Amino acid sequence: MKRRNFLKACLIGGTTIALGKTNKGYASGSFEGYPEAMGVLVDTTRCIGCRSCEAACNKEQKLPEPDTSFDDPAVFEHDRRPTSKAYTVVNRYQKEQPSGPVYRKVQCNHCNEPACLTSCFVNAYTKTQEGAVIYNSKVCVGCRNCMIACPFNAPGYDYDSATNPIVKKCILCYDTRLKYGKPPACVEICPQEALTFGHRADLIKLAHERIRATPERYVDHVYGEKEVGGTSWLYLAPVGFDKLGFDTTLSNDPIISNVKDFLGMVPMVLSIWPALFSGIHLLCKNQEHGEHGHETESNQEDTKP
Amino acid sequence: MSSYKHLIVAALSIGAISVSSPAALQCAPVPDSITLNQNGKLFSPFTFNHAKHIQSIKECADCHHHTTGTLVLDPNCARCHQNSSPTAVVSCKGCHSATPFSPETLAAKRADKQRYHLDKMGLKGAMHQNCIGCHNKVGNGPTGCQDCHPRTKEGAAFYSTNRKGAKPAHAEEE
Repeated sequence: MKRRNFLKACLIGGTTIALGKTNKGYASGSFEGYPEAMGVLVDTTRCIGCRSCEAACNKEQKLPEPDTSFDDPAVFEHDRRPTSKAYTVVNRYQKEQPSGPVYRKVQCNHCNEPACLTSCFVNAYTKTQEGAVIYNSKVCVGCRNCMIACPFNAPGYDYDSATNPIVKKCILCYDTRLKYGKPPACVEICPQEALTFGHRADLIKLAHERIRATPERYVDHVYGEKEVGGTSWLYLAPVGFDKLGFDTTLSNDPIISNVKDFLGMVPMVLSIWPALFSGIHLLCKNQEHGEHGHETESNQEDTKP
Repeated sequence: MSSYKHLIVAALSIGAISVSSPAALQCAPVPDSITLNQNGKLFSPFTFNHAKHIQSIKECADCHHHTTGTLVLDPNCARCHQNSSPTAVVSCKGCHSATPFSPETLAAKRADKQRYHLDKMGLKGAMHQNCIGCHNKVGNGPTGCQDCHPRTKEGAAFYSTNRKGAKPAHAEEE
């Protein structure tokens, strides 16, 4: 077999396999989430910004004392994001509007197909059938890929700890409450029932029903129903979600869809490349033997990979 | 409090507002005051002045929906409850569950396929929304948490009240 023919065959074969994989193996629909998954519906029209949810989260998850008290309105001056010391924060928007400000609670949204889970190469993340995305600090190596992958900036990193720095985020009170069917601490304490706990499928129906019953109160969209393949936390809002700091540019495809075609190539690379390059290597070796029959030992060794 | 006193309040209310079916009010004893948040640990209990609210609002249905004999005002509710008769129980806790998200409540909700009022609020949410919502609308009456029920010692610890005035972490970054 001539070298040119061999390379041609390899190229054609490889392309066929790659195309076949893309069209067949990964074209199936996205994961819709566990049927019995729970969730929380956040009605931002009900929130009064009392920050009780922040205090409840702090106590339930045994987080360190806050920088400032949970009734200090000064925190609303700036947009905050969840950190390793606060798994949830409430931000204030629409301050100048005559209808009054709108408050938005931020935490991990517990995606149906979490990007953090996809990006983690040691499987530190798990999507439980109850809907929570939980995290195993024992296997985490602290690479922080999850922080980059998360479209909602949820995971926080414990930069202060030199000995055991780990990623921290809301786990829907999985260990202490959700596992036993109980609502998370933030939901239980909310005085306004701005947070509604229930089965995710029921909450979606409920959200659309609220919009239908009082269309003047809401924009006609449930954030989290479809975004990045759906999240366990769902939001209703009185104004456009972009005005409340939500990322409205996110696709309805899960983040994994952006990379799974590429990731599908990895097994192919592992199975074909060794054979391919061994072949090339052998060809080169044979050629060298044919054309320059009197090569020295040392030159031959140089051509080895 | 004697039921005799209730009857007087009821009679006074009827006289003041000429309710369409006074029988409803005569049947149910109307309390002058109601102690709320009795089991709360973080906030102290407080006495809700029912008599005062009866006099200033004058429309039982504003708070009690369709259960007190007055006609339903909310057009959304009126679609079904236009001619609903008063129910035996008119207190908030008679309809609104104190544990709206407990496993038992959620399971019961799932099992009852015929239920229309799927989005019925819990007791705490219903009362806060009713109170704060109306106080905001009328522009009169307390709206802050501690305006109604001051925090207990436990509550102060829970909200880390002693750390008031401390600099928020992000303030330093600015």
